[in-house]
Amino acid sequence: MAFMTDRKRANGMGSAKEGTHHFWSMTVSSIALAILMPLFIFNFGPMLDESYADVQAHFARPYPAILTGLTLIVAFTHFKMGAQTMIEDYVKGGARKITIIAVSLLSYAAMATGLFALASIAL
Amino acid sequence: MVEFTLPKNSKITKGKVWPKAEGATNFRKFQIYRWQEEGGKNPSLDTYFVDMDTCGPMVLDALIKIKNEIDPTLSFRRSCREGICGSCAMNIDGINTLACIYGMDDIKGDVKIYPLPHLPVVRDLIPDLTHFYAQHASIMPWLETKTNRPAKEWKQSIDDRGKLDGLYECVMCACCSTSCPSYWWNGDRYLGPAALLHAYRWIIDSRDEATGERLDELEDPFKLYRCHTIMNCAKTCPKGLNPAKAIAEIKKMMVERVV
Repeated sequence: MAFMTDRKRANGMGSAKEGTHHFWSMTVSSIALAILMPLFIFNFGPMLDESYADVQAHFARPYPAILTGLTLIVAFTHFKMGAQTMIEDYVKGGARKITIIAVSLLSYAAMATGLFALASIAL
Repeated sequence: MVEFTLPKNSKITKGKVWPKAEGATNFRKFQIYRWQEEGGKNPSLDTYFVDMDTCGPMVLDALIKIKNEIDPTLSFRRSCREGICGSCAMNIDGINTLACIYGMDDIKGDVKIYPLPHLPVVRDLIPDLTHFYAQHASIMPWLETKTNRPAKEWKQSIDDRGKLDGLYECVMCACCSTSCPSYWWNGDRYLGPAALLHAYRWIIDSRDEATGERLDELEDPFKLYRCHTIMNCAKTCPKGLNPAKAIAEIKKMMVERVV
């Protein structure tokens, strides 16, 4: 039990004076993904079941390669920030920080793996 | 971690079935949440039968009738009985609303009444609103000025006054905040739709001179940005207000300051 006034409990540690950057970044990356994802799907889809040589030739061209790279970077950055929001919603205390770190690392690892795969095919 | 089930001592048990009044025929069945600290028992759902031939049309009429004629120990808040004071906010038929302006004709089947969700219960249908009120106080719900007080009054144009419509009507009944999942999970830090609607009401008041300070105080991942535009607040507001829109406007102003 803590002898604390209601107002002190409501004020907590005050405002963090941040959050707008996160909100704006999510808005911008959402708009970017709304454009990138359909382009990526229609670019990537036709390559399914194609031969290795054809796929390699396709992704060696600038447009598919840049589009795929951008999609990987923007999508995993967006995922990282969105997952952080969900974790902040549902996980409390020390577990919150550990989960955010874990999901951030996972996001960057997935992004790096995708970019490495793209570079291996395209270059 | 978020709790998806009720704690052991909050699980609702089957309660008492109160006898029907003699001589009456037109009954309506009410199931009402009961809990009191004394005795240390779990909450229960008591059943009452109300004679609708001698009862008013609103849920509050039935509650008052139950208290007067069947069970005087039933506890609930009420005052104005016309949707102005916000006292009789409770969860009726799965919706947070004011018992005094919610007609029983709108409810199909039995009438189920619980206290506002996810708040500590003081007794029966009375929730503890201490933290909710403290959060409201924390957004400084008053006119803040730095200019010397004018000789007569702080003037406001008709257009600027019009911007407060849809905001000033809030009666702080807590229906919106207690319908918001974000407020359920993080109500200790998230201000909730009611407090944020009031914050916006003062931010856009043309006479208020603390706009920057107010936005500074709100800029926080938890105080403001826990709102994910779920819209339960707008759906449930018994006054027909839209707190989600007010919160979106605050977010727009935040972006306006940095971009």
